[in-house]
Amino acid sequence: MKREVLEGSKKDNCLSGKSIITLFFENSTRTRLSFELASKYLGATAANIAASGSSVAKGETLIDTAKTIDQMAADVIIIRHSSSGAPHLISNYTNASIVNAGDGMNEHPTQALLDFMTMQEKKGGFQGLRVAIVGDVKHSRVARSNVYGLKKLGADVVLGGPATLMPADIEQLGVKAYTDIDRAIEGADVVMGLRIQLERQKKGLFPSVREYHKYFGINEERLKLAAPDAIVMHPGPVNRGVELSAAVIDGDRSVIGEQVTNGVCVRMAVLNLLAGK
Amino acid sequence: MRLLIKNGHIIDPKNGVDEVRDLLIADGVILSAGKNLADEDAQVLDASGKIVAPGLIDLHVHFREPGYEYKEDIETGSKAAAKGGVTTVVCMPNTKPVIDNGALVQYVMNRGREIGLTNVLTCGCISKGQQSGELSEIGELKAAGAVGISDDGRPVLSPSLMKKALEYAQMFDMPILSHSEDLDLVDGGSMNEGYMSTYLGLRGIPKSAESVAVSRDVLLAEETGGRLHVCHVSTKNAIEAIRNAKKRGAKITAETAPHYFSLTDRACDGFNTNAKMNPPLRDDEDVQAVITALADGTIDAIATDHAPHHFDEKELEFDQALNGIVGLETSLGVGVTYLVKTGKLTLSQLIEKMSVNPASILGIDKGTLGEGKPADIVIFDCENPYKVCVHEFESKGKNSPYDGFELYGKVKTTILGGKIVYQED
Repeated sequence: MKREVLEGSKKDNCLSGKSIITLFFENSTRTRLSFELASKYLGATAANIAASGSSVAKGETLIDTAKTIDQMAADVIIIRHSSSGAPHLISNYTNASIVNAGDGMNEHPTQALLDFMTMQEKKGGFQGLRVAIVGDVKHSRVARSNVYGLKKLGADVVLGGPATLMPADIEQLGVKAYTDIDRAIEGADVVMGLRIQLERQKKGLFPSVREYHKYFGINEERLKLAAPDAIVMHPGPVNRGVELSAAVIDGDRSVIGEQVTNGVCVRMAVLNLLAGK
Repeated sequence: MRLLIKNGHIIDPKNGVDEVRDLLIADGVILSAGKNLADEDAQVLDASGKIVAPGLIDLHVHFREPGYEYKEDIETGSKAAAKGGVTTVVCMPNTKPVIDNGALVQYVMNRGREIGLTNVLTCGCISKGQQSGELSEIGELKAAGAVGISDDGRPVLSPSLMKKALEYAQMFDMPILSHSEDLDLVDGGSMNEGYMSTYLGLRGIPKSAESVAVSRDVLLAEETGGRLHVCHVSTKNAIEAIRNAKKRGAKITAETAPHYFSLTDRACDGFNTNAKMNPPLRDDEDVQAVITALADGTIDAIATDHAPHHFDEKELEFDQALNGIVGLETSLGVGVTYLVKTGKLTLSQLIEKMSVNPASILGIDKGTLGEGKPADIVIFDCENPYKVCVHEFESKGKNSPYDGFELYGKVKTTILGGKIVYQED
C-alpha cells in the first residue's frame, strides 16, 4: 500500500464497486481526508457526511442516521463522534462495517495503527521499546489507543502531563504516569506529544499556555533526556510552541510528516481488510 | 372479606416475630397471628415454605405522571409496585409540571387511590419549580398530604436556601429528602470517575460530587435541627459524613438503592446505558461501605429510585442517555440475594430496611403485622432462584441492569389493605 502511495500509482481497484461513507460529527481535516483518499486510491466510491449538513442538525438520532446510510448499501461507514462508544452503538444496527475514526475520549484506532507503522519502520520492533506519551492524556483517544496497542505489542509505555490532565487510575492499564515530564521522556525511544485543546485552559485545567509550555512542552533541551536516536511524533494538528517547540517540530528527529503518509496507507489496509475482495 | 395465610414464616421485626405462624386478616386489617388458626369464612392462602412480611415501603420512585406518561404512569407504576411486593411508594415531584403545589399533590394521591394497587404517597418540591430560588408552599404541600419535600433529580444549589428549607419545614414536621449533589464537581461527567471511566473514555463524576454535598447538607441539618433524609447514598465518604453527624445527634436518616450494594461501575462496560444512573455506580470499596452502613444502621432504608425511561432515551450514546434504572420489580430479589444470601443482613434486618424504617421515616403506621394494623403484606420465596426478564416487567420502563440475573426472593403474593393485588400465576 505504501509503495502504491509513494510511487504514484494511486489507483488500485480492489475496492471498486464498494461504497465507503465518512460520517463525521466533529471537525477534522486530516483524518477525514486521509480516509477519503484511502478509499479513492483503492477504487471505492467515497462520500462524506458532515453532521451539520445532514438530518442530524434536525434532531435525528445517531442510530437512525446510521440505519439510513446502511439502507443505501454502504459497505463501510467511517464515523467520528464526540461521544465515546458511538461506533460501538451503531455497529449493532448496521450491516456495513463500522470504522472508528475517533470517539470522544475513548479510542482512535487507525491513528494508533499509523503510529505503530511509523515506529516499526523507524525502530524495527516493539520489544523493549520505550514510548513516552506526553500532554493531555485525560482527553486523548490517541493516548488510549496507543496504550492498548503498544502494551499488546510488548512496548513499555510511560505517560507524562499535568495532574489535571491525567485520567484517574491510568496506571491500572499497565503504564507509568509522571507529572514531571522529564522523568517520562528520560531514555525514551519514542516521544509522542499530544495536542492541547486550548479551551481546556478556560476550564481551569492549566493556568496558561506559557506555563504549560514551560513545564510540559517538549523542547530541544528536554529531548536530550531521551535516547540519542529517539524520534518525535505528534498526531496533529500541532499547536506550535505549546506542546512542541517549533525547533522540535521541524527538527530532524520529527517524523510527523511520515505519520501523515502512513495514515493513508494504514487506512487503505484497514478498508481493504474490511471490504476488499 | 377474610383471608387466612397458613404456615408462612412470618418476619415482623417491629413485633419481634421470626417464626412459622398463621395470619388472619379481616376488613383490611390484621385480626390475629398465631399457630393453627382456623376460620371457616376465610379464603385460605397456603404460604408453606414462604416468607410473610409487612409490605415493602419504597421511599423513592418516579411514576412520571403528570407529564411523562410515555415513560410510566401511576397505573403502570402501581402494577410494578404490586408485582415487586411494594405496598407503599413515595413519588418524587420532578414531573411536568413539577409537584410544587397542593392541587398536584392531591392529583397524584387520588390517582393512586383510584388505581388501588399500592399506597401512592408523594413528596412536594423544596423550591418553586425546582429552581432552587424560592421555597415552595411547604405548609400547603403538607396540608394536601405530601409526606416530605424534595427537589430530587436536582440538588438544592444554594446552601442558604437549603438552610431555610430545613428551618421552615421543621414547623410542619416535613422531612427533606435530599438529592445531595455538587453539580460543579460533576462537571459533565456521565459515570463514576475511576479506572472504568478512564478505560471507556467517559467523563468521570468524582465521588466528592456526592460527599461534598452530603457533608454540606448534614452540617446544615445539624445546625438547624431540621430533619434531613439523604437519598440514594453511594459513596464511602458520604456515609462517613452521615455516620459522624448521626453520632453528634443530628436528625438524619439515609437511604441507599439496591444497585449501590450489588453492582459496580464495571457494569458500564460495553457502554451499557442500563447501568447509567445518578449517582453513578461506584467501585468495590464503596459497595463494601454501603453494605457495612446498612448493617450498622448508618443507612436506614433501601429505596429503589425507580426511574423508568423510554427505550429511545436509553438506546443512545452513553453520555447522551438519560440517568436512571427501574427497580420496583427487582428490589426485594436484589436485597435477598446480595444481602441475606451472602450473610450480610438477616432477613429480619432486610425487612427493617425495606419496610419498618421507611414507615418510621415517613411517620406512617405501617411496616408492621401487629394486630389491628393495615393488612399490607408481601409473601415471597427465598429458597428457589428465578431469572429476571425485563420483558415480564409491569413497568413501562425496561431499563434494568439486572436482566438475565438469577435472584432469590421472588414475590408470590402482595396484599394491600387485606386485598390481594398481585398473585403470581
